[in-house]
Amino acid sequence: MASQGPREDEIGPGWTIGTMFCLAALAVAWAPFWGMEHIPFDALWGGADDSAADILWKMRIPRVLLSFLAGSALAAAGMVFQALFRNPLATPFTLGVASGASLGAAVCYHCGWSFALLGVSAVSISALLGAVLSIVLVYVLTSTGRQGSSTATMLLAGVAVSFTFSSLILFMQYISDPSKSFQMLRWVMGGMRNVVGFSDVLNVFAFVVSGCLIVWYLLLDLNLLSTGEDFAFTRGVNVNQAKAMLFFAVSLMVGAVVAVCGPIGFVGLMAPHICRLLIGPDHRLLYPAALLFGGVLLVVCDTISRIILAPTELPVGILTALLGGPFFLWLLLARRRDLGVF
Amino acid sequence: MRNLNTNVVLEARKFSCRIAGKPVLREITLQIRRGEYVSIVGPNGAGKTTLLRAFDRMLTGEISGELDICGMSWEEWKQSDLAKLAALVPQADSRVIPFTVEQFLLMCRYPYMSPFATVNPNDRKVVHEAMVGTGTTPFAKRRLDTLSSGERQKVYIAAALAQGAHIWLLDEPTTFLDYHHQADILSLIALANKEFDVTVVAVTHDLNHAVLESDRIIALREGKLVFYGTPDLIMKPDTLKRVYGDSMVLVDHPKADLPMIVPRMTPEQDKELAKWRAKAREKMK
Repeated sequence: MASQGPREDEIGPGWTIGTMFCLAALAVAWAPFWGMEHIPFDALWGGADDSAADILWKMRIPRVLLSFLAGSALAAAGMVFQALFRNPLATPFTLGVASGASLGAAVCYHCGWSFALLGVSAVSISALLGAVLSIVLVYVLTSTGRQGSSTATMLLAGVAVSFTFSSLILFMQYISDPSKSFQMLRWVMGGMRNVVGFSDVLNVFAFVVSGCLIVWYLLLDLNLLSTGEDFAFTRGVNVNQAKAMLFFAVSLMVGAVVAVCGPIGFVGLMAPHICRLLIGPDHRLLYPAALLFGGVLLVVCDTISRIILAPTELPVGILTALLGGPFFLWLLLARRRDLGVF
Repeated sequence: MRNLNTNVVLEARKFSCRIAGKPVLREITLQIRRGEYVSIVGPNGAGKTTLLRAFDRMLTGEISGELDICGMSWEEWKQSDLAKLAALVPQADSRVIPFTVEQFLLMCRYPYMSPFATVNPNDRKVVHEAMVGTGTTPFAKRRLDTLSSGERQKVYIAAALAQGAHIWLLDEPTTFLDYHHQADILSLIALANKEFDVTVVAVTHDLNHAVLESDRIIALREGKLVFYGTPDLIMKPDTLKRVYGDSMVLVDHPKADLPMIVPRMTPEQDKELAKWRAKAREKMK
């Protein structure tokens, strides 16, 4: 039996979001001081040890900020795609963004490109191009059909493009020499290990913030779209325009994240579901919660992945999947009520 | 029959629609006036739902001809403006909607809300009235997908009310409902039509109901308009034959002036059925 609405003894969504905000602030403030080397607090303002301040400002802080941005973007994207496709298994990578980016990166490693443009590495640029290629491909393939773009067709086209690109990546790995092929494999696992300085953070920040603003502007539309396209249409939503804006905003935002961090799985699938269980299906509340929770989740996972196998580090994608899978299962089984799944 | 005013809300002139090369609507020409109760009938695949959705600008495929909604071409309307006038009420299907009834109805105020605004007291008042009017207040806090089909259909109608629409486009509003809920829904629609001057356009398979409720009937067959007129005129053997073919016969309604239709049986079918009944009776003994 599903719920009869929020119970009175339940914590209100305002408190839940407030708690998440505090957790987020705490996580972002603490995480930079954790890692292989302990950094004292006074490193923030120079402190006694120059190398500690260097590590903190050039590596730890950018890395934590990037993790937070990436986690937020992936969670927001997952939330949007789940609502848009009315499908609980939709992820930020459903439209083939991850495989497109991975293919771009694979091509780059195979050819051994090593230029940089405006502080952005060749790998990131080719990954972003790959992501854009896959989005455009899926969109053009499905919207030039006779019936216009149905979301079901789009979902399937995304999956088909993903599989095609994945086999192309395997092919690239097969024909590359072992060291290049290891680079490709490591990239596909995802992670924030290559971040030095703030240039990557700022680039990703620009994409993520503009994407987030567009999603924020369309939250009411998203609410109605999650009840079905015909409902949204008759309530006055400009369905095709809203869909196109959401697809492109979200895909570009994810493309930018993946280009720098590689495809980090599970955050985009899990974070929106967990938030939906805590907050409910109203996207006006769900959205800030997903942004905060996704950010915190990735910051925490990244911090653990830095510590757990020190002095080497665990690819964060492995950790998110390892932690996220069982936690998600536990949530599903422990709280059967009100799953809020479409 | 009521005195119909001449305020035309929906008008099609040689309106055609082809989907994937196949003609779905062919040169439909008709007018629907404000406050009318119009039923759209016809066999499956006649284009009934396509016509209904066209009145809400939900069109795919190649369109030709003209379609005016409240005096303005469908192409010129902005959907959020049209939503204040017209609402499509779908079948009480089993789609999963994770919202509570109240949340859902507040979302229906979309055409009056700006993207960053919060729900204002007027929206709450309108939604409250819509719930009282449709008798949906008792399940206001329940999730939509825990409701029965009848309750859900009432919520969908409340949605049209909350939206402030005075043209209701109903797609088989009583399909999936038992007789009790059918009567409930139909009286709700009739009340809105008669008391609040709501223009009702309803696709239905139940011609017997349609002739009793409607001011006019639209009959479609293979995308063509084969009949548009008052109910007494459609209940004629040759008109019915043009719509449904040979499969129906007319019998007298026990209470109303208008006849009703029942499925026709050929003499062979009749004999067959008599034999079968006799056998069943034997078995019972």
